[in-house]
Order: sequence, then structure tokens, then C-alpha cells
Amino acid sequence: MRKRMVVVEGSYAVAHAVKVCKPNVISAYPITPQTHIVEDLAQFAADGEINCEYMNVESEFSAISALIGASAAGARTYSSTTSQGLALMHEALFNASGMRLPIVMTVVNRALSAPINIWNDQQDSISQRDTGWIQLYAEDVQESADMTPQLYKIAEDEDILLPAMACMDGYILSHVYEPVILLEQSLTNEFLPDYTPEFVLDPKNPMSFGAFADPNTYTEFRYKQEKAMGVALKRIEEVACEFSEKYGRYYGGLIDGYMLDDAEIVIMAMGSVIGTIKDTIDVLRKEGESVGLLKVRSFRPFPADEIRKALKNAKVVITLDKNISIGKNEGALCTEVKACMYNRDVRVPVIGFVLGLGGRDIPVSTIVKMVNKAKLVEKGIFIESEFVDLRENLA
Amino acid sequence: MSLLKPGHRGCAGCCDALAAKFVLDALGEDCIVVSPTGCLEVFTTPYPESAWGVPWIHSLFENAAAVASGVEAALKAMGKMNNTKIIAIGGDGATMDIGLQAISGAFERGHDFTYICVDNEAYMNTGIQRSSGTPMYASTTTSPAGKVSFGNPLNKKNMPAIIAAHGSPYVATASVAYAPDMIRKVKKAAQIKGPTYVHVHAPCCTGWKFEGSKTIEVGRLAVETALWPLYEMEKSEVTGVRKIKNRKPVEEYLKAQGRFKHLFTMEGGAKEIKKIQATADWNVKHFGLE
Repeated sequence: MRKRMVVVEGSYAVAHAVKVCKPNVISAYPITPQTHIVEDLAQFAADGEINCEYMNVESEFSAISALIGASAAGARTYSSTTSQGLALMHEALFNASGMRLPIVMTVVNRALSAPINIWNDQQDSISQRDTGWIQLYAEDVQESADMTPQLYKIAEDEDILLPAMACMDGYILSHVYEPVILLEQSLTNEFLPDYTPEFVLDPKNPMSFGAFADPNTYTEFRYKQEKAMGVALKRIEEVACEFSEKYGRYYGGLIDGYMLDDAEIVIMAMGSVIGTIKDTIDVLRKEGESVGLLKVRSFRPFPADEIRKALKNAKVVITLDKNISIGKNEGALCTEVKACMYNRDVRVPVIGFVLGLGGRDIPVSTIVKMVNKAKLVEKGIFIESEFVDLRENLA
Repeated sequence: MSLLKPGHRGCAGCCDALAAKFVLDALGEDCIVVSPTGCLEVFTTPYPESAWGVPWIHSLFENAAAVASGVEAALKAMGKMNNTKIIAIGGDGATMDIGLQAISGAFERGHDFTYICVDNEAYMNTGIQRSSGTPMYASTTTSPAGKVSFGNPLNKKNMPAIIAAHGSPYVATASVAYAPDMIRKVKKAAQIKGPTYVHVHAPCCTGWKFEGSKTIEVGRLAVETALWPLYEMEKSEVTGVRKIKNRKPVEEYLKAQGRFKHLFTMEGGAKEIKKIQATADWNVKHFGLE
């Protein structure tokens, strides 16, 4: 049977995906450009289409804190936020992960203040890299929606039990209207089992959550989180395949490639810019350029082995980062891609480009420019990393 | 045996341990307790041990009320609420300072839970620093008495009034020195539907500088001098007070504690004590304690 496509806003597609995952508790605080997701969920709740407690809390900090309590009580939980809201959650993000609570949250990626800016980049979620949350980055609206049940399945796996972020680019994906297939309730019921955690707050079987760990015991908590991330590394790929079998859609698990196998110049990126890169590759391939794409879907856990394997034939790698570690003059993807090759045989030169900050557009022409710069490596001219498309009159 | 098990690391004479024990005595097994960061959390749960005989969760310093509201929402959503009582037990810093916003949010949303502030009038867990629960002229490590200072220069924040202003159906003050009264109020608070609040005065022997055997004695002096009035409010109206028969001068309370000793040695101390007496007198008049 041909699946019915509808044209909906990205936020609606995500809200609908959340609905079919049947969370027990949703807790959120409005912030642009996340608002449409939580508005749509509130409407589902108001119309009785979703059977959950929908909490309008007084801050993002309480949004995530309420979910920590709800998840510990055994509920499937959901929130969505962005930018300043995610930064405000920072302390609690560590806490949710340390207590092994499989909360799922959509992060609608947006720039951080100052200067205040409501448009897209990925500084917000990248800055939460070390909080112990799984982070997947979506390429388009369909993937943003489809990530939701995938992440519940991964996060709630009893050998993982880690919270997870589905990262989607603000406006570019959250506010765009695209043809999508809304996730079917019946398929999702089959794909995603009920959440039946072993460890819950239950008066019949009292347990203590969030105990005080001294130097004798603290390290092992972190080690076990790291081990769980190792399990997630396998499960993310498996779950992507299970999803593909059930729904017929696949975006890669940890990574994905486009014109990758024979490519001499490999462009690496995360999020919605992937689409523009694919278009650029189509143009350049017609011109005879040996260019391919390595999409990084999972940033945490970081798929180092898969990336090294995918880059074994590459001559030069370009990383696109919509984030910047100020003082390092490069984004996180650049740093991590370089680091994962240092101790191994695969040692491809990596050029880091910082671009698309605060919502600045990344057109095909910009990507072509970067590819041309990468070709200079053959001539012995090497760029370590740089900002792209700077406005000279402002810089 | 108490549901707060022996073997925890509280000081001898610890007010927090008493308060937690009385709360669990009042509630029994069918409750879930949320603790913010603080002495109580630290000394009851040195991993892998726990003194809690009921389900217990500690998340962060400033979010106990939000966590409790999430626990409540989860039980409601999953149809598991039954008669389970959800209780947050926080210190004065977690309640009156850093956690105030989350408490305001949870009370405004009307969750069915009880917040218990165990107020020992300073940040004891970090070493007796001043909080907005610290009373005027108490010497703390960040509001020390000195050559030109009588200690904390500010009045204690009126937290019960702030909670009452949220329209809470039940707000009460209590003291660890009056166990039957405290247990009755905690029981009542937990039984009333909606967000309820009990503010418990809790003398800390370590922070206030008195012998651990005198916790109850000092707590009683606070009530007998009218510096800690015991009252109940329903929907913002005072509905009950504990009368004082033979009110004592505030000096008796102040003298019992090292944190006020400078008031008796410094020049001009007597004049400042009069200000504290005025606070007690105001309490008597305002709450009709005599």
C-alpha cells in the first residue's frame, strides 16, 4: 500500500511522532523556535488525542527537573527546548544522565546569546556534548520525526538507560512545510515496546535515587555511563534497521554516506545542511569532481570506528561546523574527527570550516568554495580551520 | 522501627534527622520523598547505603519542588496515585533561596504534594553560611559578627506568607521541639488535596553552637519567646495558633546559642537585642499568641 504523504510543518510532524510514542508526562517551557512543537502537543492534549499529563512549568530548568521526577517514577517522558532553554537545563542534564533516566527531548537548534539571536546554529546542543546524553542530528523533517520512536527505543533499552536528544535545525526544519508521512500509531505500537523500568520510585519496593557518592564510588558511575554509550553505539544502528524494516525509511544509524565510496574530497556535517551538500555534490560530480558526503547522525556516542572506516579512501576531509569553540578556532566536529584519526593508520588531512552561525544561510556556492579550498591541499597549501563567508566590513 | 533507619551520618542532636523521622512517623510507608541537596541528603545516603525506608529521590539543590511535581504527574498519568503521598523535604537555603522559583511554580500549578521546609536558618551543609532564613544578628561564616557588625543585618524572609499568597489550602509552622504538634500538621498537610506547606523550625547544634543534647530545649525557647510562632493557615487565613502561657524574654533564647553571644559582649548589644524583642512582640500581637 502506498503511504499517504501530507504537507505539514516540521514541528507538527515531530509533535505527532511524540504523540504516537505515548509519553505519560510532557513538561515544557516555551522558547522560539521550539514553540510550535509544544503548542501542537498542548492541542493534542486539549483534544484528548494524547493521554498524558501536560505540564506548563515556569522555566526550562523545572521542565527537565519535573521529567527527572516523572521518569524516576516510571513514566515515559518528553520535552523540547532550544538555545537559552537548553543552557538553563545544563546542570539537570548531567543529573538525568547520571541517574540513568531515559528522557527524550527534541532540541530545536538555535544560536546562543550574546548577541541574542533566534536563528539556527548548533552551538546549543554541541555545548551539552559532555552531559551524558545521546545526541542524534536530523537531516530533514521526516528524519526529525522518525528519530523520536527510535530514540525512545534506544534510551529505554535496559542495557543503555541514557537520556537522548533529537537535534533538528531551528526554522530550517522546525518551521518548514514538507511532504512527510506521519508516523502510524499501529506501526509505532509494534516498533516501540511499553516502557517498563526495573528501577522506579514505588512505595511497595523502596529505592533511593541520587545518592551521595564519594571518591571511592563516583568514578564507576561515570564508567558505567560510558559503557552504556558503547552499547548505544551498536543499538543506534540496529534500531535504525528495525525502523527501516517496519516503516521503510532509513537515514543511516550512526553515519550515512552519499557518493562516498570513491570520493577523494569528503564533506562531513550534521543536520539540515546535509541536503544542500548533496545538491552541491550532484553539481560537482557532473563537473567531474570526486566529492562525497559523510553525514554524522550520532554525535554522542561518537562513531569513531565507523568514521575511520568511511574515510579510508579519502584524500582530504572538510568539516562543516555550525558551532565554534572560541579560543580553538574550530567547531566540535572538526576537533573530534581529527582526534579520532590521530592514533590510527587513517590520517586524512582535515580542514575545519565554521559557518552558518546565528542562522546565516549556507548556499551551494559556499560549499563549492570550501571544496575548492580543499583542493589546495594537493598543492601543499593547507588551511587548518577558518570562518566562512565573513562580512569583511563587520569583521 | 522508624522508616528513617539508624546508621545515618547526622550529628548527635541533629534537627534534620529528627524532622525527617517525624515526617515519616506521620506518613508511614505509602509516600515518596524528594530531597534537594543539603545535609539531610548527604548524611542519609552515602552510597551504597541509604537510611530511607521509603522511596526517595535527590536530584539537585534548586529543583526539589519541580521533581516532586513530576513524580506526582507521573503517578497521576499512570493511574498509580492511589493514596501515595508525595513529600519534598528541603532546607532553608533550598527552599527560601535557590529553590524558590521551582516552589512557586509547583504551588501555582496546584500539584497534590506537601513541601516541608526544615529551617535551620543557614547553609549548614557547606559550613554555616547565611541564607534568607537566617534571623537578624545571627553570626554566620558569611555574616560574621565583627568589630563593626552585629552579624546578619537582615530580617528572616517570611516564607509561609509567600506560600500562602499562592493560595495554598494549608500552610503551617511547626518545630522539631514539639513533635506531636509537628506530626499532626504534617499528617494534615499530606491529607489535604493540593500543594500544602509545613515550615519547621529546626535548631542546628553545629551551626547555632549549642550542645547536641539541647536541640529540643533551644527549639522550645524559640516558641516560648514568640520568636517562632506556631500557627496554621487555610487559604491564606490564620486558623489556629499555639498560645504561649508564660512568655520568656528573647534573651533566654539568644543566650542559649553561640551564634548570638556577641550581642551580650559587644557594646550596644543590649540595644540591638531590643530589636529582636520587638520582632517577638510583633509576632504575639499579629498572631494573638497570648
